[in-house]
Amino acid sequence: MTSLFAANTIPAPFHVPSLDEMFNFPAIWFSGTFYAINRTVILTLFAVFLASMLFLIAFRAPKIVPGKVQAIAESIVEFIREGIAIQVIGHDGAKWVPFLTTIFMFVWVNNLFEIIPGINFPPTSRMALPAFLAGLTWLTFIGVGLKHQGPKYFLNVMFPPGVPKAIYLLVTPIEIVSTFIVRPLTLAVRLFANLLAGHIMLTIVFLAVNAFLINPKGFPVGIVALAAAPLLIGFELLVGVLQAYIFTILAAVYIGSSMHAEH
Amino acid sequence: MEGDIAAIGKGLVYGLGAIGPGIGIGFLVGKAIESMARQPEAAGMVRTTMFLGIAFVEALALFGFVLSFIIS
Repeated sequence: MTSLFAANTIPAPFHVPSLDEMFNFPAIWFSGTFYAINRTVILTLFAVFLASMLFLIAFRAPKIVPGKVQAIAESIVEFIREGIAIQVIGHDGAKWVPFLTTIFMFVWVNNLFEIIPGINFPPTSRMALPAFLAGLTWLTFIGVGLKHQGPKYFLNVMFPPGVPKAIYLLVTPIEIVSTFIVRPLTLAVRLFANLLAGHIMLTIVFLAVNAFLINPKGFPVGIVALAAAPLLIGFELLVGVLQAYIFTILAAVYIGSSMHAEH
Repeated sequence: MEGDIAAIGKGLVYGLGAIGPGIGIGFLVGKAIESMARQPEAAGMVRTTMFLGIAFVEALALFGFVLSFIIS
């Protein structure tokens, strides 16, 4: 990266931060132990606090004519209920609304931290958080399958009924890999990689805007870039909502698919 | 020298990994818009399914993106 700027006419090359600088924060408390707490952990806990406070304030004393906060919270729950749970899982889906709403709110608030000034770091861009949520979904859909179909669930997944016997040679390995390995892996990697890419993009663009602005030669470019930067924030706002939505809807699809054997 | 080759490899992994999903998402969204225009009353259902499809296709490109960080 440095050679790129040294050969150029830009006199003050800006320092492109490494991944470590962008994503690794030193421990604040309990440094060195298993329970070390750094900025990411604090932000995660803050996200839990924000999401639960929204619902606590909204539904502590629910009214028939909702106030502002209650209207917001109700529209979120209704969106999950009508748009995801009932549409994807069917009428059994209504009892999965709490689980899906929890996942949606947690992921969404964590994604929003990417663009909130002063925080500017999404905890979901560290693999631990998406991996935990994907593992939770994995356990849930296997558990639902066992509850609804009994031990036959694994047989139904590995040998989907209605397939000619010879095709099982091909279908069974594919089904095992795609259901038990690829599903949680893609679920986690999708969320993680989107937020990783978004955070890297925002960091580098904002640093470049800053480098152009403090340089007299680059000032005109800096002004244009500064005016365009809010577009990126808007884009990341969209990505944050969309990824939370996709994570939730995929969790619903997986849960719904293990309720009934494919046929 | 070796670092340069690794840098080219990183770029290639992401670039080649993005070709297929790029074409795929193009087809997918194009077809979804087509069916929404033909049958506007089914737009809600089509949109949900479209996002699901995008999520599955996009995962391949993101694997390329993550792998480009892993190889050194």
